[in-house]
Amino acid sequence: MVQVTEKKIRSIKFSVFSPEMIRKMSVIKVTVPDTYNEDGYPIDGGLMDQHMGVIDPGLRCKTCGGSVHTCPGHFGHIDLVRPVLHSEFAGVVASLLKATCSSCSRALFKKKSKKVGEIEKMLTEEEMISAMKKVKKCPHCGAKQEEIKFEKPTTIMEGKRVLLPIEMRERLSKIPDEDLELIGIDPKSARPEWMVLTALLIPPVQMRPSIILETGQRSEDDITHKLVDIIRINQRLDANLNAGAPQLIIEDLWELLQYHVTTYFNNESANIPPARHRSGRALKTLSQRLKGKEGRFRYNLSGKRVNFSSRTVVSPDPNISIDEVGVPSAVAEELMVPIYVTPWNIETCKELMKRKEFPKVLYITSPDGRRRRLIESNLDELLELVDVGWVLERQLKDGDPVIFNRQPSLHRISMMCHKVKVLPGKTFRLHVAVCPPYNADFDGDEMNLHVPQAFEAMAEAEELMLVSKQIISPRHGKAIIQPNEDHLTGAYLLTRKSVKLTRKDAMKLLGAVGIFELPKPNSKGMYAGKDVFSMLLPKDFNIEYRTKLCKEVNDCSKSKCPYDGYVIIKNGVLKHGVMEKKGLAGLVIEKLFNEYGSEVARDFIDRITLMSVYAITHFGFSVGVNNYRLDSKAKSKIDEIRTKAIKEVETLIVKYNNKTLARLPGKTLLETLEEKVMVLLGKARDSTGIVLREHFGNDNSSIVMADIGSRGSMLNAIQMSAFLGQQAVRGKRVKRGYKGRVLPHFKGRDLGAYARGFVGRSFMDGLTPTEYFFHAAGGRESIVNTAIRTARSGYMQRRLINALQDLYVDYDKTVKDADGSIVQPLYGGDGKDPMKVGIKKEKV
Amino acid sequence: MVNIKRSPIVDTGEAVGIVAAQSLGEPGTQMTMRTFHYAGVAEHVPLGLPRLIEIVDARRDISKSLMDIYLTKEYSKDKKKVEKIAKGIEQLTLGKVAKIVEDFENKSIRIIVDVKYLESRNLTFRELVKKISKFLNGSARVRTKSGKYILITAKTSYVQLRKMSMKLKSLHLFGIKGLSKATVAKDDASKEYFIRVGGSNISELKKMEEIDFSRLYTNSIRDIEKHFGIEAARSAIVKEIKQVMDLQGLAVDVRHVMLIADAMCSRGYVEPVGRHGLSGKKESILARAAFEETIKHLVNASIKGEEDKLNGVTENIIIGQTIKLGTGKVKLVMR
Repeated sequence: MVQVTEKKIRSIKFSVFSPEMIRKMSVIKVTVPDTYNEDGYPIDGGLMDQHMGVIDPGLRCKTCGGSVHTCPGHFGHIDLVRPVLHSEFAGVVASLLKATCSSCSRALFKKKSKKVGEIEKMLTEEEMISAMKKVKKCPHCGAKQEEIKFEKPTTIMEGKRVLLPIEMRERLSKIPDEDLELIGIDPKSARPEWMVLTALLIPPVQMRPSIILETGQRSEDDITHKLVDIIRINQRLDANLNAGAPQLIIEDLWELLQYHVTTYFNNESANIPPARHRSGRALKTLSQRLKGKEGRFRYNLSGKRVNFSSRTVVSPDPNISIDEVGVPSAVAEELMVPIYVTPWNIETCKELMKRKEFPKVLYITSPDGRRRRLIESNLDELLELVDVGWVLERQLKDGDPVIFNRQPSLHRISMMCHKVKVLPGKTFRLHVAVCPPYNADFDGDEMNLHVPQAFEAMAEAEELMLVSKQIISPRHGKAIIQPNEDHLTGAYLLTRKSVKLTRKDAMKLLGAVGIFELPKPNSKGMYAGKDVFSMLLPKDFNIEYRTKLCKEVNDCSKSKCPYDGYVIIKNGVLKHGVMEKKGLAGLVIEKLFNEYGSEVARDFIDRITLMSVYAITHFGFSVGVNNYRLDSKAKSKIDEIRTKAIKEVETLIVKYNNKTLARLPGKTLLETLEEKVMVLLGKARDSTGIVLREHFGNDNSSIVMADIGSRGSMLNAIQMSAFLGQQAVRGKRVKRGYKGRVLPHFKGRDLGAYARGFVGRSFMDGLTPTEYFFHAAGGRESIVNTAIRTARSGYMQRRLINALQDLYVDYDKTVKDADGSIVQPLYGGDGKDPMKVGIKKEKV
Repeated sequence: MVNIKRSPIVDTGEAVGIVAAQSLGEPGTQMTMRTFHYAGVAEHVPLGLPRLIEIVDARRDISKSLMDIYLTKEYSKDKKKVEKIAKGIEQLTLGKVAKIVEDFENKSIRIIVDVKYLESRNLTFRELVKKISKFLNGSARVRTKSGKYILITAKTSYVQLRKMSMKLKSLHLFGIKGLSKATVAKDDASKEYFIRVGGSNISELKKMEEIDFSRLYTNSIRDIEKHFGIEAARSAIVKEIKQVMDLQGLAVDVRHVMLIADAMCSRGYVEPVGRHGLSGKKESILARAAFEETIKHLVNASIKGEEDKLNGVTENIIIGQTIKLGTGKVKLVMR
């Protein structure tokens, strides 16, 4: 067996580099402000010096001798001829100067007695600093303290005089260690004088590679550009100092050096213009590389790119199981699954290697890490060589566990484990019942697939992430993988009271789902739809509930319900009631899952969806314009409702104009009117529902779908057949536009229904131009709202996850944070998992 | 194979925090942004997503606070008595009883009083004038005209005049500061009347004997924390979040809501979720840096010589190690 040595990082310590440390770890002092010579070869002592690592193939690192692939890179340094303040530490330095004496550099605080010592412990570090800043006279040497001012990014003034970095450094270096501890600075990791730089660390070449454009020209990284600037100014300052140039010129250059060093660390510092590239684009320097969504932390460290993944369009397939995914053969041929050769599978492995067609072994890796492509010519050689410890890479085949995902991954069931099913075609095939957790549809959605590469990963995926184990949502403990739309309609059609199937039809439905026995026929040799459906249920399954069809009457007649709205399943037989959303997409599945386990529930969903597809094609079900056409009688009834409502609005307006309208508490008269009109028109629209139901009857496809909850609502039918009703902008009638009116088609100050966004026509009738405008206004508002909402809720979720991500349940069922502090003494107060609350505890 | 018994108890190591955060965040996109009005009291009480964000942020000044005030037994059954108390609670400002007109030419402010309304609130014109005089404290001349107008002249700059008129507008006449629009409603469960009022001012209400302080409720979580303590605040967070979700018709298990409330209160005071609260005070430097304000956290960690113990999730993802949650928590090595 290969011995695996595992190294773990236990902790990471942060500190400030001292100049000595910088020089010690530096492999070269960079002095030339240039990169490559004319031959494209790195200049010695330049910024691309080969001591700092190599990025060009063929060259060797002069420090470690490694090549492009093996050299990790080494740091270099620049000696600054005059010290400059590190801009990111400027605030800290200013605070320190304020809190220490300007002449003796002691903290402006004296331990007078034991009592003060106690006070010192009580104050936080911030409070200590702000207290010390106020001290005017040094308690140690008695020197008067001048006011120190800090101006971003790097200017520190004492009185009216600007402090030079040399002076700062001098004062800071005099601060004793114990005084620093008082302020909350660890003198071992961060002596304050280190914050005024005398040497600058230069990152390895690998961190700032130059790129070669198509023209053959080299283009340097932003960081390299910035470093060139720094070295150039440093050299000029040095030359001027040696030449004994006037103080004014020296200070100008010094300040310029400070500017370049500041922008090297952060090119977005306040009060200074960002350093720019020749093209005028602001340079991306160190700070910009790290922060933000596209920064190193969030883009490269918290999120990593992966291999062994695939992405394509998804399309529906009701014939596969819910925990399968149809993978295009082109994808399956490309994705690899590792097989680790052991004494127990070596023979199988060899057989696998000999395979000539899919799924075959494509690569083979020996224990020394050499990866070879398996081709016919080396097959025999490799068959000889292969031994325990080798790894084969085989194409993806049926039954392999993979992780399937759709973005945005808002919850954990946005990633679930599916079993591969290789299919022809170019899209991933997905069972329709698994759409809700992914929030997927098939209008062009794409999804990702990942192949786990270790046994542990595969086992965990299968045991914890398998689709059939996620049928119940952890959010609310109700079914989330469920039959939808046509599947519900099909099940409803099948389980209606009147359904009698011939022996042939019954066999067709049952055979489709792999059941090869028949329920008991009636005296005429016909099979009841309910009985055919019942074949899918376990033989000891019992449940009773009210369906969505229930009219919520007080004295429920249960089994004698005229709408067949009360379900009784006894011993696995559906005695009464029909299948609809509440039961089939909820209660029944949940009970199956909780009492019989995930596999039974999965099989049930697989079968009922498939049977429904056959049922709905058997009975036929369609929706068309004719479903929404009204006869003159119904039309006049709706006209009546509409005219009545508008008349009522008119009377309200008259009342408002006469000021006889009763004011609602806490509202102005106009607000009262608006409120009343909104309510009135809303009620008018709702009341058309009754007319439509009466006219359409309960067999109208649209009404059936609304009733059983498979698609659409009563409101949809109303808007298509009766009228759209009041359009709202910001929750009120449409108001904005011209002075006193929304559109020029109306008279000024018209408060009437039509002038303020009431749409009195249906989609069948067609809208008038003004109505169309109002409808568009309302529609636009909801689109804008959706856009804003997604952004806001996305940020809220990021914050919530970040705040709570470390919480876990410990062995004693307490909830603890990463630092071990207890957040809840017993999870949820009862220790139950919301996903499993329906499960009854089994006795062992 | 070992037959594992099925049980409703949570698995050890379960990342309950993440699940709770997802359970609240995922339905966020489905929530509406509309506002809701409680009959009469306050109009734009935010609901749905804005309100949820407000609760999670533990804001001090919430956009619309409300209080439900229950009275002691002697008063609560009698609607008239309750109404009287309600009237006494509601704050009356000068701006509500009078129209305030600035006259910049003559450097004066005219106050036209709605005397009828004033008297309905048991205040006479004379008392009003007195209050105004007292408020101005000799800084301006106060004259009255025909028992209806008050004329204030002051020799000040225009800016001062405007400032004065603004101050007069919000001059407190009587009632409890910050409370507006008190309405009486009936509690169907206990068959008694209670007052629903806009605004939140518990410290003043505390002084009133008629009030059953133990049943006082406000939707301002910070106020509850201040006056009733952290446990009450925790319950209030649970109740308010639950209410938001229920009104949207979104099902969320209480356990998730409770966990979020517990996390927000676990240090003994209410902390917001975000960089100024829970996320900003995390133990791990890397986790903080990866969330927000990257540079600030790195710099501060370096001067303090902080050490990241790598116990949390983000830190371990960053350095590429197994995270200590779920199956990663178990320490088992095969020999």
